Amino acid sequence: MSRPELIAPPEIYYGDSEAKKYTQNTRNQQIQADMTYRALELLNLPPEEPAFLLDIGCGSGLSGEILDQEGYAWVGVDIAPSMLEVALEREVEGDLFLQDIGQGFGFRPGSFDGAISISVLQWLLNAETSHHTSSPPHRLHRFFTTLHSALRNPSRAVFQFYPSSDDQIQLITSTAQKAGFGGGIVVDYPNSKKAKKVFLCLFVGGGGGQQEIPKGLEGVEEEGSKVRFERRRDRERLRGKGGIRKKVKDKDWILKKKELYRRRGKEDVPRDSKYTGRKRKPVF
Amino acid sequence: MVRLVTHNLLACHAKDCNTNNFPLVFQNVQLEIREAEFNPGFIQSFLPKIEWNALVKTAQELGDTSLPIDQPEMIDDELLKNLHHVLFEIHIVEGAMICPNCKHNYPISDGIPNMLLAEHEIA
Repeated sequence: MSRPELIAPPEIYYGDSEAKKYTQNTRNQQIQADMTYRALELLNLPPEEPAFLLDIGCGSGLSGEILDQEGYAWVGVDIAPSMLEVALEREVEGDLFLQDIGQGFGFRPGSFDGAISISVLQWLLNAETSHHTSSPPHRLHRFFTTLHSALRNPSRAVFQFYPSSDDQIQLITSTAQKAGFGGGIVVDYPNSKKAKKVFLCLFVGGGGGQQEIPKGLEGVEEEGSKVRFERRRDRERLRGKGGIRKKVKDKDWILKKKELYRRRGKEDVPRDSKYTGRKRKPVF
Repeated sequence: MVRLVTHNLLACHAKDCNTNNFPLVFQNVQLEIREAEFNPGFIQSFLPKIEWNALVKTAQELGDTSLPIDQPEMIDDELLKNLHHVLFEIHIVEGAMICPNCKHNYPISDGIPNMLLAEHEIA
């Protein structure tokens, strides 16, 4: 698994060329769209009501486009200017801000009905300078406290992210709890290496009854949710390992040879039966 | 695009800037009017979040005087139309936003405000 957050800070990693590449990659688009729909599902907004959402790390607006389609008004923040430029070109509806989420938000209390964030939190876990405000715990604390106050009571914030260790999950959840959030981690397809997705589902306020953490999706990922060309890749991989290659001496070949020997008058050619060309049991 | 709907939610977030940090004052702005779809339901639900005085003050600074100074009790169609225009159709494309308290300057270019802080301003 590639870890771009270990290569460079986001505003540098997502420069002009990388921003274009990221946005035009159909595989990325598909994954982003799936995760955005899932995040909206976890957000559990009341249906048929207009909502004002915050898209944290909106990037080039891949998730914002879906928010537009679903009829939500939204505000997007991102730290990479090149990504925002692409978002402008794509003419998304939301208002965009160039902002470092680790520095905190300036939104007034109760501004938003919910927040989503796709593949962003892991970027907060690296210190870029030695200044004390640059340490991951400090940045996370600042981020969660200002986000908590910017959200309406009751509401939810859903973050999809790629943790690289349990310690990171621990740090993130404990910081969020200290900031006043309830909730926890939801893992979709926990047993699949590829389809596994980690969501942090945070609640502001209880609204009377305690809000319940939604269940992660389980079981085998359905066929339709696979990325395109996946099957072709599987097939090509198998071919490389020789898994699909036909056996040279299969039943047809044996029958042909025996027939040939009989025609030439060779003696003691075994007769054909249901056992011809069959694999022996391993106990033999 | 900075629209007044988001501007009305935005306060200064620099270090130790906690009072009188709202609303940010526009400076040297270039405006653009872009038509948007009229959605009365959304405006109604958004109304409780709006700081009326700040909205009217900012709208007047930008040259739009269609809103009454005091927030009316009754909401009629004309008010909704005016609100829609002020909140969603006025876009600030270039310029800056200045914090009334700490005078921090948030420049706007291409409709995107730069909210980044220097190291010593981070709380």
